[in-house]
Amino acid sequence: MNDHSADRQKGAGMTELDVAGQVVELVRRLAGPQAQAEVVANRFELALTRFANSFIHQNVAESAIGVRLRLHVDGRTAAGSGSVATPDGLRALVERTLTAARLGPPDPAWPGLIPPSAVPPAGDWDEATAHADPDERAAPVRAFVDAVGGLEAAGYCRTAHRSGAFANSAGHSARGRSTEAAMDGIARTGGADGVARLCADRLAALDGAALGARAAAKARAAADPVELPPGRYEVVLEPAAVADLLQNLAWYGFNGKRYAERQSFAEPGVAQFDPAVTLVDDPLHGSALPYDPEGTARRALTLVDGGVTRAMAHDRRSGAQAGTGSTGHGGPGSTTFGPLPHNLRLLATHGDGGPAAGVPVADVGAVADPDTAALAAGVKRGLLVSDFWYTRVLDPKRLVITGLTRNGVWLVEDAVPTRAVRDFRFTESYPRALGPGAVLGLGRRPVRQPDRVDGVWWEAPPVRLAAWNFTGGASG
Amino acid sequence: MTEFDAATAAVQAALDAGARYADARVMHRRYESMSARNGDIEELTQDESIGLGVRALVGSSWGFHAVPDLSDAAARDAGRRAARIAAASAGVPGPPIDLVPVEATTASWASDCAVDPLGVPLSNKGDLLVRATATMREHGADLAEGLYQIWDTAKWFVSSEGHRIDQRIRECGGGISATSIGDGETQRRSYPSYRGQYGTTGWELVTSLDLAAHAARIAEESRELLTAPECPSGETDLILGGEQLALQIHESVGHAIELDRILGWEAAFAGTSWLDLAQLGTLRYGSELMNVTIDPALPGALGSFGYDDEGSPAVKRDAVREGRWVGVLAGRDSAAVAGLDHGGSVRADGWARLPMVRMTNVGLEPGPHTLDEIIAATDDGVLMDLNRSWSIDDKRLNFQFGCEIGWEVKKGRRGRMLRNPTYTGIGPLFWRSMDMLSSEIVPWGTPNCGKGQPGQTGHTGHPAAPARFRNVRVGVRA
Repeated sequence: MNDHSADRQKGAGMTELDVAGQVVELVRRLAGPQAQAEVVANRFELALTRFANSFIHQNVAESAIGVRLRLHVDGRTAAGSGSVATPDGLRALVERTLTAARLGPPDPAWPGLIPPSAVPPAGDWDEATAHADPDERAAPVRAFVDAVGGLEAAGYCRTAHRSGAFANSAGHSARGRSTEAAMDGIARTGGADGVARLCADRLAALDGAALGARAAAKARAAADPVELPPGRYEVVLEPAAVADLLQNLAWYGFNGKRYAERQSFAEPGVAQFDPAVTLVDDPLHGSALPYDPEGTARRALTLVDGGVTRAMAHDRRSGAQAGTGSTGHGGPGSTTFGPLPHNLRLLATHGDGGPAAGVPVADVGAVADPDTAALAAGVKRGLLVSDFWYTRVLDPKRLVITGLTRNGVWLVEDAVPTRAVRDFRFTESYPRALGPGAVLGLGRRPVRQPDRVDGVWWEAPPVRLAAWNFTGGASG
Repeated sequence: MTEFDAATAAVQAALDAGARYADARVMHRRYESMSARNGDIEELTQDESIGLGVRALVGSSWGFHAVPDLSDAAARDAGRRAARIAAASAGVPGPPIDLVPVEATTASWASDCAVDPLGVPLSNKGDLLVRATATMREHGADLAEGLYQIWDTAKWFVSSEGHRIDQRIRECGGGISATSIGDGETQRRSYPSYRGQYGTTGWELVTSLDLAAHAARIAEESRELLTAPECPSGETDLILGGEQLALQIHESVGHAIELDRILGWEAAFAGTSWLDLAQLGTLRYGSELMNVTIDPALPGALGSFGYDDEGSPAVKRDAVREGRWVGVLAGRDSAAVAGLDHGGSVRADGWARLPMVRMTNVGLEPGPHTLDEIIAATDDGVLMDLNRSWSIDDKRLNFQFGCEIGWEVKKGRRGRMLRNPTYTGIGPLFWRSMDMLSSEIVPWGTPNCGKGQPGQTGHTGHPAAPARFRNVRVGVRA
């Protein structure tokens, strides 16, 4: 057992930039001026109110600080992190990371530190979200539960607040802060589920009643599903399902390390996608700090422009090897897993972003918004899919993915959802499904979908695709 | 102020703020990982995290708050905030909550560890990965990767019922993978499994794996796979190696018997379960060869502990006996809802996370056969091993798995290698088709089980051995 109380109080009152600067100075004192150090200090508040069976069953909050140090000394590199920002805790972090670096093997591919450079101002910040209390998270949950009209409700309401700083021994520093709020819920009736989810910069943007009403309408429309034979179907994918495409494309396709290893499908300069597809990783569009953990300024990066693959995401290491430099996608683990886009937007069709004029909403429930109705209006026979689940890579090079539908599938005949369908298993190459000629329509209104981790999101409108390969029904 | 003092202060503050029950966990975790690629060290990381999480039950509503600060003031504030969060939960109230009784215990427990993994020199650990990955490159791998991970976790648990338990759990493991890249596809072979084998042991586990001795073989196999014939499509007899069967157990038995899923508490995210509590004790889950236990007391397995994170002692229980479903993974509150008399399977991924129902060691008891006997008894089938992909529906019924490698089995002999082997099925139908099971049990460790919101990563163990399943659909493709 240890006595912690005295040491704990010494670190109180330091800003994140103070903490980062102190670690840089400790490295200089302990390892000399030649040692290269980069430090990230993040203070964060994460709170999540979770409900199931229409009551709040888990309700958590965490207040924490994380300090991460990466240093390069005598040609060797190591990284370490800690949750103790006291002087003793920071010194222990520096000492153990220094020891690790000195005992580690040479790192000839070390890309060096970023020099002093401009970092854009922080994005949206909302004081009310940063300091939301549990009653303020319970309120949208109450509204969601009330709106499902007696169905079972389950999901969460999350608020997150990060305040961070970066400093390195090359004299570069940056600060930023961000807030995020997200709500993800389902309504359930007789084994059928409907979903609604939204990620925003502020808690006030979450309308629990509207999300609950949408989930309930879709759940009711998903009741009594029939089983259809597997096969290739034209599909309309709602934003929750499209988010899964974006995530897998980001992880396995536009990851600069996997590209360098020839494990990615991506070929810059080639029209690999339908001309309707433009993909932009855009951290500053929503909740994110304005720099990555290597201190590189975050900015919008167009990965696919009008169907043509344009760029890969890079950290400093992969960017140096590729000769392109970092695109601001460094992160803990990026050396091993590769630099990942994680604020990816599929740009919507140009329009006013409002309801699609003149398009009737044929069946309020299965089709819960005019944007989706506009896409379904063109379908002779196909499937409307709300969400994908448990998708995993079978073949990384062609990005063949297997997974299941979830939270509602409907048969669309002559523009009208005619019946609910039981879940399918699919096995599909995502680049093929979005390939030239395969995208029959995009919606006008993108919806930002939350990820499992705060600060990560995927934004897309609904999409109509010529074919999706369903390889099994719910019963096998 | 000791760790126990901090936990006690947090619990008392929660009680003073209106909680009728509270518990607190102080956790101090050190983590080290090293990865190598193509004969060079790629990344070395050492993390250390210490903090306190307190859980409060006010009326029938839970609240949880966590801080990285063990001072008396911070601990008391965390206790008060947990109680306040619980009070807010009552704004959307549920049914009454009880906790099944657990004897209040004062105890210490530590996992067995012959060689402290954090005490092994970094240079020795690095040399091991460098040598193995260099050998894979020499033998044809385009991408040769090696990895080890070490967790050293100390916990101090205090409850308002009088628990006072400290534990130290050391876990480690590692593995190597060789990837060959062909025209339009990649093939991977791993040893002993992708991202390695893990246990609650010392470095002796990694030493026993002898990674370098298997490097050349898996590199050559990954290259051979590029030109091997595709796994045929259709129904056939399927023989699974033990590592793949461990994941099959994890996904289609372990998660399905989690009581929080059965009760609907995970409905919006991880999902529910096809199992209905009304059928506990009578439902036929699999063939009579299927005996699955829940055993957190299994020495060295990755899901082992002395006490779970609610203070329940590690006790071995049956989950499936002779094919009949008889047990669940439960916590004290979920067990009370279900009318059961025990929890024992609740854990938290660090001080900042809420304890929740997690797998411990869920695995098969040995069967009467050997892998050689199973192959010899198979006239026409496919043998698959080492997981490459996994996917299962939110009720844990419809699954599809891909393996790294397959072999034809014809007239009792293992034949040519097959690439891209996959199989798919429905859980209970699949398990009912198991007609041969090997006695060659290995307690496979899975260190990356995701569950919960905010996300938690669980460490689970799965004793498994090769087995045969009849008339399984294989060779699913895009």
